Amino acid sequence: MRFLVGFLRFCYDFIVGDAWGIAAGVVAVLAIGVWLLRTDAVDRAFIPLVVALGVGLALGGSLLAEVRRRRRTGR
Amino acid sequence: MGAVAVMHMTAATLGLAAATFLASAVEFVEAFTIVLAMGLSRSWRAALTGTAAAVLALTAVTAVAGVALIQWVSESVLQLVIGTLLLLFGLQWLRTAILRAGGLASLRDEQAAFRAEQEAARVAGHQMRLGLDWMAFVVSFKGVFLEGLEVVFIVITFGLSATRYNPHGLLVASGSAVLAGLLVAVVGVIARRPLSAVPENTVKYAVGLLLTSFGTFWAVEGLGYFGSGESLPWPGQDWAIIGLVIGGLGLSRLAVLGLRRTFKTPASLGDIESCASSSGS
Repeated sequence: MRFLVGFLRFCYDFIVGDAWGIAAGVVAVLAIGVWLLRTDAVDRAFIPLVVALGVGLALGGSLLAEVRRRRRTGR
Repeated sequence: MGAVAVMHMTAATLGLAAATFLASAVEFVEAFTIVLAMGLSRSWRAALTGTAAAVLALTAVTAVAGVALIQWVSESVLQLVIGTLLLLFGLQWLRTAILRAGGLASLRDEQAAFRAEQEAARVAGHQMRLGLDWMAFVVSFKGVFLEGLEVVFIVITFGLSATRYNPHGLLVASGSAVLAGLLVAVVGVIARRPLSAVPENTVKYAVGLLLTSFGTFWAVEGLGYFGSGESLPWPGQDWAIIGLVIGGLGLSRLAVLGLRRTFKTPASLGDIESCASSSGS
């Protein structure tokens, strides 16, 4: 059990790291991409652009969250 | 094969080699710092044995993971998984590099990391197992294995994806990583000190940008698995990667400028390379 917990913690640190917001953002953006693909809500040619924009927003959001955290804690 | 195809393959191969080399060099510099600290303050024999054991373990992981991925996973699933993981790694690296360049996080200082490792090694007790200084062995093993795991991951993902353009993609990626490792080891042995002159944040920034761009590209292609099962094409096909790199570069530079302005960071402190000597790890 301890090994399993340790392994899962290692995987989390290795893949997610110290900015879980980025991982959550990426998963959300890809989920939106799948949804757009399956529902044909937009032309397929636009899906890559939507996902690329979403990745940029995920990074921007994570940076913004860090800025807010620094302001709250006084750097 | 037409001239355009050859040029494209060469550019893709060069990009693959450069990205793998740079990413691997950063990880090897960090691993080298740990091994050097253990070797100098505890035992060279244990530190080098730990390093060798880690390299063996990494070789086994690479062989098993590489064969498993090639044989059992379909192309679009591979693209989705690889792209998503590259994207996660790339965005983490890019975020760290932007925060450092914006002056919100201190640059990694190999000298400081080295001193911290040495201090920890000095105060730790001596325990001998299998005729080795156990602490030096374990710390060296963990350091090389964990840093090396990122190298293995990048080699496998970049290498497998590049096999579309070049049947020897995995070989090119592995060769680049080995070259980076050898270069770091040779320079480190000659210098006999931590490689603090390596502009780690600049390299991390560039690699983060590349990983994010390739990751986005492949993840989107892999989304096709949920549609027709085939890869989802990008407008402009592979040229879209260049657009992603340029877009990422523009966005990240804007972010750095915004951070500097918000926190009134002096440009010299926020420069990507300039404050290695003035800040802690």
